[in-house]
Amino acid sequence: MIGAQAIVKCLQCENTEVIFGYSGVAIDPFWNEMLKTDIKKVLIRTEQNAAHCASGYARVSGKVGVCAVTSGPGATNLITGIATAYADSIPLVAITGQVNSDMIGSDVFQEADITGAVESFVKYSYLVRNVEDIPRIFKEAFYIAGSGRKGPVLIDIPFDVQTAEFSGKFSYPETISMRTYKPTVNGNIVQIKKVIKEVEKAKRPIICVGGGVHLSAAEDEIVRFAEINDVPVVSTMMGIGVMPTDHPLYFGMVGNNGQAYANRAMNESDLLLMVGARVADRAVNRPDLITENKVMVHIDVDPAEIGKNVGPTIPLVGDIKHIFEDFLEQDDHNDNHDDWVKLLKEYKKEMQVERKPAGAAYVDPQIFINKLSDAVDRDAIYVADVGQNQMWSCSYYKVKEGRFLTSGGMGTMGYSIPAAMGAKLADSKKQVLAVIGDGAFQMSMMELATMRQYDIPVKIVVMKNGYLGMVREHQHFAYDDNYSMVELSGDPDLSLIAAAYGMGYMKVDGNSDIDGSLIEFLKDDKAFLMEVVVDPMALTR
Amino acid sequence: MKRIYSVLVENRAGVLSKVAGLFSRRNFNIDSLVVGETADKSVSCMTIVSTGDERTIEQIEKQLNKKIDVIKVKTFKESMSINRELMLIKVKYNRDNRRDIMENCQIMGASIVDMSKNMMVIQICDTSERIELFIEMLKSVSIVEIARTGTVALTKCKEQ
Repeated sequence: MIGAQAIVKCLQCENTEVIFGYSGVAIDPFWNEMLKTDIKKVLIRTEQNAAHCASGYARVSGKVGVCAVTSGPGATNLITGIATAYADSIPLVAITGQVNSDMIGSDVFQEADITGAVESFVKYSYLVRNVEDIPRIFKEAFYIAGSGRKGPVLIDIPFDVQTAEFSGKFSYPETISMRTYKPTVNGNIVQIKKVIKEVEKAKRPIICVGGGVHLSAAEDEIVRFAEINDVPVVSTMMGIGVMPTDHPLYFGMVGNNGQAYANRAMNESDLLLMVGARVADRAVNRPDLITENKVMVHIDVDPAEIGKNVGPTIPLVGDIKHIFEDFLEQDDHNDNHDDWVKLLKEYKKEMQVERKPAGAAYVDPQIFINKLSDAVDRDAIYVADVGQNQMWSCSYYKVKEGRFLTSGGMGTMGYSIPAAMGAKLADSKKQVLAVIGDGAFQMSMMELATMRQYDIPVKIVVMKNGYLGMVREHQHFAYDDNYSMVELSGDPDLSLIAAAYGMGYMKVDGNSDIDGSLIEFLKDDKAFLMEVVVDPMALTR
Repeated sequence: MKRIYSVLVENRAGVLSKVAGLFSRRNFNIDSLVVGETADKSVSCMTIVSTGDERTIEQIEKQLNKKIDVIKVKTFKESMSINRELMLIKVKYNRDNRRDIMENCQIMGASIVDMSKNMMVIQICDTSERIELFIEMLKSVSIVEIARTGTVALTKCKEQ
């Protein structure tokens, strides 16, 4: 057995179902051994998207996503994908080929110090020096990626290590022994009791959920806790979908791009349970003010997040699912906050911003996304890209039993199509949509070929306005409509693009066409490109 | 505020750059950083001196603990530990100031470890403040080169 075979065996031991990647000489021994397995191999069209595909796969399957690329430019192309996963704490194992061990450091062809380059974007990285270390390193890598605060782990494997003879018998370790890494799972019971007391005492409690809730698969526990204690819920962008949008206790997304009534609800609460959220700049404009006049409880699996962006709190470190299971067990109260919930409902009604519908020549994003929400399956997976389309998606898409995925932390344009592909491969029975602007579409449209090659039927909506809309909107306000570097006048004819890749295509350029088009768009489980013409001057608020 | 972090890490290639990189990425200061092996060859001890406000000091400890190669982090104020730094200083001397220099060395507990006709290397091991003071005392002499190790520290036997 050689090193490359040992790697494949490790992936089999981890029950890897699919691996996204790209070839190259330095990773060829691995792909050659992969031929002999039934692990699905998806050849993407640029390395960055291998990580995005693996990210979409990981978020829907709940498993660690895996991607593999070659050395040098293959590895450096992967960095944005890894950084995107790191910012949203998505568990990935990224495998990179490397030049021969004895060549490392001499700047040979396609050599890059990838472990050095990704250091600030990975949870951990390995450069494999010895073929015998492969089983231990893979066991650790999968464990590190998928436990505690999840994140990407990179394994860099020189060519000669992949081809070296693996002496002795291959055995995959059953347990991990790392003296340096022991993530906290259970919450401290004293703190848990303290929090329950605060919940009992509170008159205006609120829960703000973040992406950590999805990562811990604690959605049901949180919804039950909120229902039993009659506690309203708001979410960050990454927490959208923890509670169904139409749930009577749900009051929208907070932050600069969120709903005013959600921010008001959070500000006027007397107890704030911040759950699996970083209190990042886009979610909480002034973290220093958030703790004014209220008790804040910060629940997170990563102790370093507590106190990083926001001041005095009751800290509670541990896995959110475990903590809320404990809450449900310890707390036998059925509280009632009728007045508070009623007040928030009034705010919601009063502060609902009425948008001016777009002129006849355009599709109004609000009307369109509202109708799209009603037309898709209840459990559809909706992947929003980055930009104005993302803000409209956050504001108007109604999550029912499905998922809402987006690149929240890094805001990486072109995330949605590859992530949607990964999501579809994780759960082929679900309807999967990617909603994207014409800017990001042109960053990722090469993957339409991958969709065709492997028959991955993603439904794509391109909101076309001929601009990098989010930045145009910024320049509208900040630079008096002096537009610089935001016009996309060279946009291709999307009908020809769709035809070139053998996809169904349809263009919608007025609100009256929406209903009929959506029926056509969603009628079967085939890849489809829908071009939605949006007013270039439309704003997100 | 000044804090000393005594960080036990896995004695592996690349760990120093990971820890140093953490400081630059998170915008934390490093006043000095010293690494050496411990009694257990698989463990290295880094002594890092840093300054920052209360929140930064707490974040440094938490972010260090998050690093997977970090085994243990101890944080202490200067007053809670014995702190030492080694300095080698090369100076030019002549007949007129030779006696002065030697007296200064005697007062400060420094020793002359190398000598030529017109130059000498002096060694001093003390706290950073006293080393600064010693440099000050030698200012009138022509200083050729200085090499300092940075602070190493251990908590006092009887913790305050």
